[in-house]
Amino acid sequence: MHQPLTLRLMAQLGPALTRVMVVLLLMLALALPLSHVYVAPDSAWYVSAYTLTLLGKIVCFAVLALALDLVWGYTGLLSLGHGLFFALGGYAIGMYLMRGIGREGNYQSALPDFMVFLDWHTLPWFWWGSDSLAWVLLLVVAVPGLLALVFGFLAFRSRIKGVYFSIITQALTYAAMLLFFRNETGFGGNNGFTDFKRIAGYAIAAPETRAVLFVLSVLLLAGSLAGSLWLVNSRFGRILTAVRDAENRLMFCGYDPVRFKLAIWVLSAMLAGLAGALYVPQVGIINPGEMSPANSIEVAIWVALGGRGTLLGPILGAFVVNGAKSWFTVAFPEYWLFFLGFLFIAATLLLPRGLMGLVRRGEDKTS
Amino acid sequence: MSIPHLPPEIETLTPSWAGETSGLAHLVSTGLDTSHGQILYLQDVCVSFDGFRALNHLSLEIGVGELRCVIGPNGAGKTTMMDVITGKTRPDSGDVFFGETIDLTRHREAQIARMGIGRKFQKPTVFEAMSVADNLALALSGDKGVWASLRYRLSGVQHDRIDELLQITRLAEFSHRLAGLLSHGQKQWLEIGMLLAQDPKLLLLDEPVAGMTDAETEKTAELLCSLKGRHSLMVVEHDMAFVGSIAERVTVLAEGAVLAEGSLAQVQADERVIEVYLGR
Ligand SMILES: Nc1ncnc2c1ncn2[C@@H]1O[C@H](COP(=O)(O)OP(=O)(O)OP(=O)(O)O)[C@@H](O)[C@H]1O
Ligand SMILES: [Mg+2]
Repeated sequence: MHQPLTLRLMAQLGPALTRVMVVLLLMLALALPLSHVYVAPDSAWYVSAYTLTLLGKIVCFAVLALALDLVWGYTGLLSLGHGLFFALGGYAIGMYLMRGIGREGNYQSALPDFMVFLDWHTLPWFWWGSDSLAWVLLLVVAVPGLLALVFGFLAFRSRIKGVYFSIITQALTYAAMLLFFRNETGFGGNNGFTDFKRIAGYAIAAPETRAVLFVLSVLLLAGSLAGSLWLVNSRFGRILTAVRDAENRLMFCGYDPVRFKLAIWVLSAMLAGLAGALYVPQVGIINPGEMSPANSIEVAIWVALGGRGTLLGPILGAFVVNGAKSWFTVAFPEYWLFFLGFLFIAATLLLPRGLMGLVRRGEDKTS
Repeated sequence: MSIPHLPPEIETLTPSWAGETSGLAHLVSTGLDTSHGQILYLQDVCVSFDGFRALNHLSLEIGVGELRCVIGPNGAGKTTMMDVITGKTRPDSGDVFFGETIDLTRHREAQIARMGIGRKFQKPTVFEAMSVADNLALALSGDKGVWASLRYRLSGVQHDRIDELLQITRLAEFSHRLAGLLSHGQKQWLEIGMLLAQDPKLLLLDEPVAGMTDAETEKTAELLCSLKGRHSLMVVEHDMAFVGSIAERVTVLAEGAVLAEGSLAQVQADERVIEVYLGR
């Protein structure tokens, strides 16, 4: 009888849309990579490496959008620095991929090329363990998680809220970008990491490898969607909405909002890190540009356009915007940013609840 | 005699329900020592905002099971006093004690709430995007940690408690409605219900009948009267008819300090009180 709001919304949304999404996801997960590996390149059914990589990349973005929505849509904390956590996950796996190049680099050294260029003779201490996939997978979640923990603890304990919080997250990712631009920081400066050769012993550009990375991305998306669904419908999830809507009331009910904010903030950062870790081997490059403030703002646009505070919304938003972007940047590259700005303004004015609001309105009329 | 067979907590509970004032029983059962009959002490409390004294050497005591009304002109410091008690504002000087031993100035809001002080805000504040029943469920006493919230299931007893609270607050037929869609008066009631769900020892109500119809006000008066004895209450109100219908003792606050204290008739006859209310 005390059915949570989100469940009811899902019920109203009709199993229809959810089912369509699930079927689409499954098809994406199986049909596309299978076709990429087994269908002959001249067949009409062949999925090219370009298409598969593009979709795989968007799937990773969808996970990032979902991670942002958990803190923004559900908890009311607008982070304009989520690209940082994504990039850190990417850099962590990037270290492993750089080590995987071995002596096949330009300088034929065991060290990554940029280190040879800097005249370094040993790996810096923080590259320790970077030849082990298990270790870097740990870093993928631990580094964004720890950074989020420290940053969140300081920010939430000092009761930094609203636009101030957004601004300092933006400053954080900007500061990190400047740090990573420096060659001495030890992450390849403005070139970042690229020219990867292999992952877990497999050639990184092989169709099978691409297919597996794609499937893993879809599984990550499905897993985070299912996990988030469970989370937002738990009492924990309702406390998050309470933080968003009436933090004072929550506090005087005996809950410590700092702990709840910290929990979801760290979880979200780790999820963003995982998304970044699957993104980098697919696109084959990571550089400090991923930490640019504009990138993080774009993530917020995906979420706003799709519909924040819903679970399918941010995923939809990531697909729509990035789909449009990949078409635009080929057709009219110089107008993309104008179009993005227009999209954001239109969404804010006309679709305050995002595309999901549109879907819901349709469903409301039919029910 | 059958008394020895009773579980020990029966014995320790009885005095608090009866509003009795002696014995160490309270200390044992709740960690709150009210052995001197007072549940709240404010002593010489001062609070300034940018040099403006909102509370000026305020001293006040509330007895166990008492229903105290606090009145005073706008800006007298009533809300600020509640902020100090609930940990929202730290006093510049003075003591604030819950029972004999708990120094409230050393605790944060959530801890104070868990210790048993519930507060209703001047502007009704509920979780608008949640149903009425969910609002009450969230307020229920229990473990309020992160882990507990992940594994939380309402027990049968808690469902019954929610139903009971829905009855008390006359919101049973709206239990599935979003709290944001309730009328102003109903939100006030829901917030009072949420306070009761916390099962607090001391309730602080800041203008609980503001925006209520006369009928609703009357019901609220009944409800509050039924709570005294079991809980201690401090009610801030401007509505004198309402104060008259519930008050035993009234404290008049003006310019951050207590101006007068006594029955409503007594304070209304007080020259200084008449002056602050009518003089300006
Ligand atoms: N955070 C604050 N910063 C500055 N001044 C404040 C603050 N909070 C309260 N005040 C001032 O302190 C004084 C006491 O305010 P308070 O809200 O306690 O009065 P009140 O008795 O509750 O009045 P009302 O009956 O209007 O609710 C007022 O003059 C108010 O302007
Ligand atoms: Mg007030």
